[in-house]
Amino acid sequence: MLREITLGQYYQTESVIHRLDPRVKLLGTILFFISLFCFKNPIGYAIARAFLAAVIILSHVPFTYMIKGMRGIVILMLITVLINLFVTQGDVVVSFWKLHITKQGIIMAAQLALRISMLIIGSSIMTLTTTPNHLTDGMEKGLRFLKAIKVPVHEIAMMMSIALRFIPILLEETDKIMKAQLARGADLESGNLFKRVKAMVPILVPLFISAFRRANELATAMEARCYHGGEGRTKMKPLKYASRDIVAYIIMLVYMGGSIFAGRLNIFRFM
Amino acid sequence: MRRVIFKMDIIRTKDVVYEYIRRDDEGEVVGITTAVDHVSLSVQQGDFIAILGHNGSGKSTLAKHFNAILLPEEGSVWVDGKLTSEEDKLWDIRQSAGMVFQNPDNQIIAQVVEEDVGFGPENMGVPTEEIWRRVEKSLKDVGMYEYRKASPNKLSGGQKQRISIAGVLAMKPKCIILDEPTAMLDPKGRREVIEAVTELNKKEGVTVILITHYMEEVVGADKVFVMDGGKVVMQGTPRQVFSLVEDLKALRLDVPQVTLLAWELKKRGLELPEGILTKEELTESLAEAYGR
Repeated sequence: MLREITLGQYYQTESVIHRLDPRVKLLGTILFFISLFCFKNPIGYAIARAFLAAVIILSHVPFTYMIKGMRGIVILMLITVLINLFVTQGDVVVSFWKLHITKQGIIMAAQLALRISMLIIGSSIMTLTTTPNHLTDGMEKGLRFLKAIKVPVHEIAMMMSIALRFIPILLEETDKIMKAQLARGADLESGNLFKRVKAMVPILVPLFISAFRRANELATAMEARCYHGGEGRTKMKPLKYASRDIVAYIIMLVYMGGSIFAGRLNIFRFM
Repeated sequence: MRRVIFKMDIIRTKDVVYEYIRRDDEGEVVGITTAVDHVSLSVQQGDFIAILGHNGSGKSTLAKHFNAILLPEEGSVWVDGKLTSEEDKLWDIRQSAGMVFQNPDNQIIAQVVEEDVGFGPENMGVPTEEIWRRVEKSLKDVGMYEYRKASPNKLSGGQKQRISIAGVLAMKPKCIILDEPTAMLDPKGRREVIEAVTELNKKEGVTVILITHYMEEVVGADKVFVMDGGKVVMQGTPRQVFSLVEDLKALRLDVPQVTLLAWELKKRGLELPEGILTKEELTESLAEAYGR
């Protein structure tokens, strides 16, 4: 049952977005995030929504599938919205007990809900259309400039891809340890929260020991295969920009320019 | 003349000693285990060598000296003419002597088979097109080419171990060291791996050093070293070694079943040659001596 969990939630299909260079998608996602915080008027949101809708349609990933991925974040979103709804000061519209709902609060909450949902959908498009491998490759190459300020970009990317490789192995192992402990009479399901957390100890300890042992062996195996960091390393599948990537960059620039311009239009400002 | 000598010995060790020092929580030495005790041996290029020994005999520790994962405390190891203690030769040495480990899961790095095989050449700085050529050839050599796009998680143990062998092969080593590659496999996977290794040795001329405690696997070897207590206690062809059934038993090693059967028969007075290694040999010898 644990093996069914997949990280990154890559959705396998053929589309322009899938074929884009991961660096483009990475930068695009970051730019889209920034753009969401650039504007405070409906025109800006309309532009962002139109852009997002266009990307979703191009990605060939069913919209319902994306919404499914959002379920886990609904509670977080609800809390943020409620706090904003009640805390924001301004012209009171409704008030009961000690709580006041203000006009500004409603606008703020609505904007936030919109922003968060677009943030989540925006980032999920990247993970839905890019394989984890491609993503780490893109990070490694796209963020190379960070090396100048001593960020170990190659090492981080390598760690991420190894972690992704070991997730199914460690899940399988957890499953095995759990069954072994259950077979010896461990009770994992009953009792209060505190008891159940305590019952996890005999599962976590062997799991950690085995993970360290694996890490040690893997490091030896990597060294035996001449791994010595990113220095002087070549790539089996090097990333190369195609013409569609350049087109995507131009579209992104235009979008960014448009949203900054829209963000500056003060006539429609609410607040 | 010099070239000939150079080509002869791919690996040579002289008086190698390696000790594991056990310490308690305060860092005080509580015991010293001599895992490798003055071992001198040489392996010739193109040979299929087997190193046998029960658990704790020091065979794996010795193997780790062959590609400079461990450095000897006393004595020296030469790989392809290079001394392993010379730090600037480290990557050359690891390229000439590739190593396959016991647990297939803990040595596969990538999430796609072909990318894992390409990992070694990538580290060595091989150009992209050459990497692809090597990956294709290595995967074909171990018979895993049709799985090149698969995820290693979906393969069987024997298949994973063949991927690991391909990963080492792609580095174009002169010598492959296999440290108990079949210990975690089922009989089918074990056969797959040994077949792949034997074929590499015969067809590609790669030197193979197989470390194992399964006697059946060493029957096809050119030379066998038997280790016990960190020392090489026997060496010779499989036939020579397996004819010493009683000595092997004293070392807690099992001889292959057929050899044991032939030995017992011989002890009971049947006329059979020494050190029979295969079923075919036994039936033939029996037919020759007692056949119609």
